[in-house]
Amino acid sequence: MYVAVKGGEKAIDKAHEWLDEARRGDPAVAELSVPQIREQLALAVNRVMAEGSLYDPDLAALAIKQARGDLIEAIFLIRAYRTTLPRFGYSLPVDTGAMECDRRISATFKDVPGGQVLGPTFDYTHRLLDFALEAERLERPAPEAGAAVHPEMPRVTEFLNKEGLIQDEVAPAPAEDQPDDLTRQPLELPAARPLRLQALTRGDEGFVLSMAYSTQRGYAKNHPFVGELRIGTVGVEAEIPELGFDIEIGEVVLTECETVNQFLGSKSEPPQFTRGYGLVFGQTERKAISMALVDRALRWKEFGEDDKGAPAQDEEFVLYHCDNIQATGFLEHIKLPHYVDFQSELELVRKIRREADEARHQEAAE
Amino acid sequence: MADRQELTEAEAARRSWMSLLAKAPAGRLADLWQARGAAPGFEWLRAPEVGGVMVRGRAGGTGAAFNLGEMVVTRCALKLADGRVGHAMVQGRDRKKAEIAALVDAGMQGAEAEGLRAGLLEVLEAEMSSAKAARAAKADQTKVDFFTMVRGED
Repeated sequence: MYVAVKGGEKAIDKAHEWLDEARRGDPAVAELSVPQIREQLALAVNRVMAEGSLYDPDLAALAIKQARGDLIEAIFLIRAYRTTLPRFGYSLPVDTGAMECDRRISATFKDVPGGQVLGPTFDYTHRLLDFALEAERLERPAPEAGAAVHPEMPRVTEFLNKEGLIQDEVAPAPAEDQPDDLTRQPLELPAARPLRLQALTRGDEGFVLSMAYSTQRGYAKNHPFVGELRIGTVGVEAEIPELGFDIEIGEVVLTECETVNQFLGSKSEPPQFTRGYGLVFGQTERKAISMALVDRALRWKEFGEDDKGAPAQDEEFVLYHCDNIQATGFLEHIKLPHYVDFQSELELVRKIRREADEARHQEAAE
Repeated sequence: MADRQELTEAEAARRSWMSLLAKAPAGRLADLWQARGAAPGFEWLRAPEVGGVMVRGRAGGTGAAFNLGEMVVTRCALKLADGRVGHAMVQGRDRKKAEIAALVDAGMQGAEAEGLRAGLLEVLEAEMSSAKAARAAKADQTKVDFFTMVRGED
């Protein structure tokens, strides 16, 4: 247990001064601006928004600067800021089918209406360091300018759905379609799927990735295909209560992944494909794919599958450990002064040793 | 998705300009507003306030709603001297942007509407759609055709 201590103010002030200096680094090197981080470290910004659970690229960039690039620390800053914001309400569910896609690929269908669009991807790069980037003010040829309209991009899973080959995703009646909110009520188990999706979308990328990977390696294997991965912009609509109608209050970039998974059927269901779903703020495709795999693994009860005792099937394990701010808070608090606690532990160990010693002497004497 | 609600023509028009203002780049909106000259006097009904709106998605894109995460918005409401009321809820933390959006909303309900439409809303709309078109063109240039190769096992 952490017990408050007094003193140390001067040392703490000096430590923070040094922190400020260390953050700035060598003053001979130009200082990073927040817009530079927002524009040039955009994928770090996206991760901080996703796991900080707050869409604001400028704030995420500021947090990264303040945290010296420690992304979990930056996410912590965003979560703390988030709690100071009054909640104006809930948006209507975004329509990802109407996304203006920068990227849209399917690993299951070659010829999808709307086409396969690669977007600004690392895929097919050689993963060789590009030393040309070491040079500053490097001029790169700009891609050809042009004008086009975003084509209609129907969901890939809809094609399967038309034939009844995949489990349908139907919205509940509006009165029942009110998901629990992790930021309002503590997590309780068993958690309905909407609550699990909220926990996963803000969960730690590394944790969710590892859980997903474990399912691929055989722990509750569920044979996923990436039915569709799309990244792009969607409008967010919310009601203006004074006016009694919805307006678009802004736009967000999202990554959506739908997996298509094997399912052999059960007593009540014919053989058909099932789905896992990932939806994450920003361009965050590793996370979205991971989320979809873990979502699918956690649905084993719903499909009457066996509990294979795999970690990714265990919602208590996954949901209680995927949040890196809860995890880091509990983990890092053990470095704070625990002197009183430790004193009592020390006393205890000394006492046990003393008693053990005495018992040994006693035995020897006998 | 205006068809979800039955809106009157006036409401639909208002919805459309409020949505445009919410998404407009703050700097560009401020420039276009200032270019119109002196701002009208007004009193606050609700001074600009920064807050969060919880964005929702749907499982599988079409299933049950779930909470995805919050976005930062700024809202305000004001009243012009002649009693017209303007509302705004705009993306981001820019209080000035919210103020201008609410002033435009109020102005659009009176004689200034034509001038605001031509000098501000239509300009913003054209610029925003041309930015979207340029982005769509870049995406289009990365469209691929995959060919499956004959595997030769038969």
